[in-house]
Amino acid sequence: MTKFMRRAQETGKELAYEAARMALDSCGLRIEDIESVTMGSAPDAFDGVHMKGEYLIDGAGAWRKPYMRNYVGGGTGVFAPIHGWQHVASGLFDTCLVVCEEKMSSCRPHPQAAFLTIFDNFTERPLGPNLVWIFALEMHRYMHVHKIPKEKIAAVSVKNKKNAMDHPCAQLAQKITVEDVLNSEVLVWPVQRLDISPTSDGAAAVVLASEDVARKITDSPVWIDGVGWNLDTAYWTNRDLYYPQYVENAAKMAYQMAGIKNPRQEIDFAEPYDPFDYKELHHMEGLMLCKKGEAPDLVWEGVTQRDGKLPVCPSGGLLGVGNPIAAAGLMKICELFWQLRREAGKRQIPGDPKTAVAQAWGDLMQVGTVVVMRA
Amino acid sequence: MAPRVAVIGVGMTQLRSIAPDLSYKEMMFEAAVKAYNDAGVDPRRDVQSFICSSEDFWEGTSIFDEYVPDQIGASLKPVCTISADGLYSLITAYMQISTGLIDVAAVEAHSKPSEIVSIRNIMSLALDPIYVRPLAADPYFVAGLEMMRYLHESGNTREQCARVVEKNRRNALENPYAAYASQTTAQDVLASEAVCFPLGKMDIAEPADGAAVVVLASEEKAKDFCDDPVWILGLGWCSDTPCLEAREWGEATYAKVAADKTFKMAKDVRPKDLDLLEIDDSFSYKELQHLEAMGFCKEGEAGVLTEKGVTAPDGEIPVNASGGSLGMGYTFEMAGLQRLCETVLQLRNRAGEHQVKNARTGFVQCWRGIPTASGAAMILTSEGS
Amino acid sequence: MSIKIKEYAGTPLREEDLKQGKVLSIGYWPKAKYNWSAGVAIGRYLAELKNARIVGRQCDKCGRTVVPPRMFCEWCFRPNDRWVILKDSGVVNTYSISHIAADATRIKKPLIPTVIQIDGTTDAGILHLVGETDPKKVKFGMKVQAVWKRPEERTGAITDIRYFRPIER
Repeated sequence: MTKFMRRAQETGKELAYEAARMALDSCGLRIEDIESVTMGSAPDAFDGVHMKGEYLIDGAGAWRKPYMRNYVGGGTGVFAPIHGWQHVASGLFDTCLVVCEEKMSSCRPHPQAAFLTIFDNFTERPLGPNLVWIFALEMHRYMHVHKIPKEKIAAVSVKNKKNAMDHPCAQLAQKITVEDVLNSEVLVWPVQRLDISPTSDGAAAVVLASEDVARKITDSPVWIDGVGWNLDTAYWTNRDLYYPQYVENAAKMAYQMAGIKNPRQEIDFAEPYDPFDYKELHHMEGLMLCKKGEAPDLVWEGVTQRDGKLPVCPSGGLLGVGNPIAAAGLMKICELFWQLRREAGKRQIPGDPKTAVAQAWGDLMQVGTVVVMRA
Repeated sequence: MAPRVAVIGVGMTQLRSIAPDLSYKEMMFEAAVKAYNDAGVDPRRDVQSFICSSEDFWEGTSIFDEYVPDQIGASLKPVCTISADGLYSLITAYMQISTGLIDVAAVEAHSKPSEIVSIRNIMSLALDPIYVRPLAADPYFVAGLEMMRYLHESGNTREQCARVVEKNRRNALENPYAAYASQTTAQDVLASEAVCFPLGKMDIAEPADGAAVVVLASEEKAKDFCDDPVWILGLGWCSDTPCLEAREWGEATYAKVAADKTFKMAKDVRPKDLDLLEIDDSFSYKELQHLEAMGFCKEGEAGVLTEKGVTAPDGEIPVNASGGSLGMGYTFEMAGLQRLCETVLQLRNRAGEHQVKNARTGFVQCWRGIPTASGAAMILTSEGS
Repeated sequence: MSIKIKEYAGTPLREEDLKQGKVLSIGYWPKAKYNWSAGVAIGRYLAELKNARIVGRQCDKCGRTVVPPRMFCEWCFRPNDRWVILKDSGVVNTYSISHIAADATRIKKPLIPTVIQIDGTTDAGILHLVGETDPKKVKFGMKVQAVWKRPEERTGAITDIRYFRPIER
């Protein structure tokens, strides 16, 4: 993966290239060994290039190869490896290069303005909504239903930004306190500045291979044992936002495939999607790692710290490392890979983690994409 | 042995030059209902995965994936979007079913270009922002350049390209789904206003609104639901460089590679075994270029074959008996799925007035349009049902 | 193996670098104009908003009445059955207090984006704004009423409702 940063000099093609090159080098494969490529990248509106997937072909190493772009909003980062898994597990290919790239800084003056176009053209856009509105609405509902004090949610931001200090690619690693979060500028109550992950440029890539090929390349492949994905209705205002049912459905699909019956016991650590601090909690519950409403207590009590019983976002997550939408999700997959191979350096969680889950979320509070990986 | 996957249902709306009375949601719903009816499935109960096709800037909405599930019965179900032609989504569905994780999948694509007011600006938006867009040329220049080079290298003529338009627009007269059927002659085409010489206005397929949904199933499930499944024997897809400067302009290499992979996978099928071809003709010369690139004839031969009627609906190799994009209307990301739906109708002997006799095995191909060099191909058969 | 990675690519730029022309950049303003067809369902919804009415659709199979209207029930997957004229009042399902506009610039007077469940529907909400109140006084479950633009100002858009205001007990 590349460093994540607010504004990179590299073009989208160059970012994709750097990540893809690194992925190939890390396993000693050449581009000729790659049989298929799948790219994940979120809204074209940021880059200002229509059919962005086509534009990125050469950067992604897909010249004259079977190439597709998959796109499920923010869930893309974890759906891309699922799509890659489909390429290999279908028997059609032995190898697949999965690349995720995002160049949000091209959109000026601020990438956030492009988010206006995700809203319904008739019923929502005329109201001039900002993306943060729907997060605020969901966060507020979640807090209201479970009576969660803001401090407990802020603790997630503190944890992740601190975890990110050990991540070489991190954009927003810093030591902050719960008070810092509670005192930060209110953007859309209850969302404050330090509750949010930044817009970023960055790319990540992973190489997938079938069992035979994988074993020839490395002694310790990390297996994709479970995949799941799910999309809720577009009518988000007709749903109760306190619980992400779509994440639960996706998780059930992945757990079933992986043979996991008791996620809280069988999962050693998790990388749920954390574009906002409350989202990590929301998704922990959706992933059935704890009961509904229980997640805030787990973070408050330190259970989800790197040395806790259930480490969550040991990478530093989006809050700490950065949020180049699709690349951020794939970053979590990279983290699972490094942790399960005990290559995460300063971020390595103690013990002998064997099973982990990564999850991404996207669209209008709609998409859950889940991957279970095992050493 | 690879598991077999079949198409068990298709549903299309009629293509129209403009559909102002319906929203895209309503069009998708119509196509979905037709397809599920044809397949005999209840999407809420039987369909396990849904794959949609769209590009944000055609829709005018970012993350268009948000708005797809409800009208195709996919709410709270596995759904994903492939940013490419519907044929690519179909290939993804094939892969999903082949993993064993999914048994029944639905694929959707739609097109509503009548809503895009600044469509040429959107096409320009696909050009490289640093090296190409500042030239501020009409985006069709990409097709004009390619056509010029292709005619030069292959020896085919503008007249022969015009004959393709004549053939396809007339073929469409027999197709109730078509939007642009007419008694066009090659002379009309040659006399049409120049867009980017040698490309004239009538060399370009006109845009059309429509939606299509296709249902696929694994071998086991196909037999439960369907009496006449259409089997996928082979498929392939390929992307050549997006860089205009690095491109080899004469031959459609992406089509060649995709077709090679398709035939390789379909092992026992030779070009001469195919009863019909539904390939991309979004520009007149493209039909000729694709025929040659994919090995259906020698380089430079496609024009002559068209003149001689070899590619007519009653000829030796019927090409675009449906009318293709030139006759039916160009449906952007739905174009490949359109070709596939037409092929399935043919292979099931349900194409009515434009039925090709004894159609059992067909070839489908799509190209993603300017300025891309990406395309996919597939071989299907109703034999062995 | 990935221990082999020593350096991570990425060259950070600052806003000043661009302003001062330290890197070559090209600007482009895309012309993306669309004329969307509202279709049957939203077409009627917008037309009725011009009449100061909120309409929804009802499905007989599951019994739900929903807004914004669609011509199909997404849960039963069938065409739904009738138009229902709803009240123009509702209940706050969730709300927030926004100090930023759509393009992330700061605004002086905060907006109150809210999901309002419309009376007469099966808990179906719409996104709109609450107004005429101190943001601190908004509560979950609060009853609100639409405040419409004057008839000659209405165009057939969701903004024909200026905002919803709290209904005093």
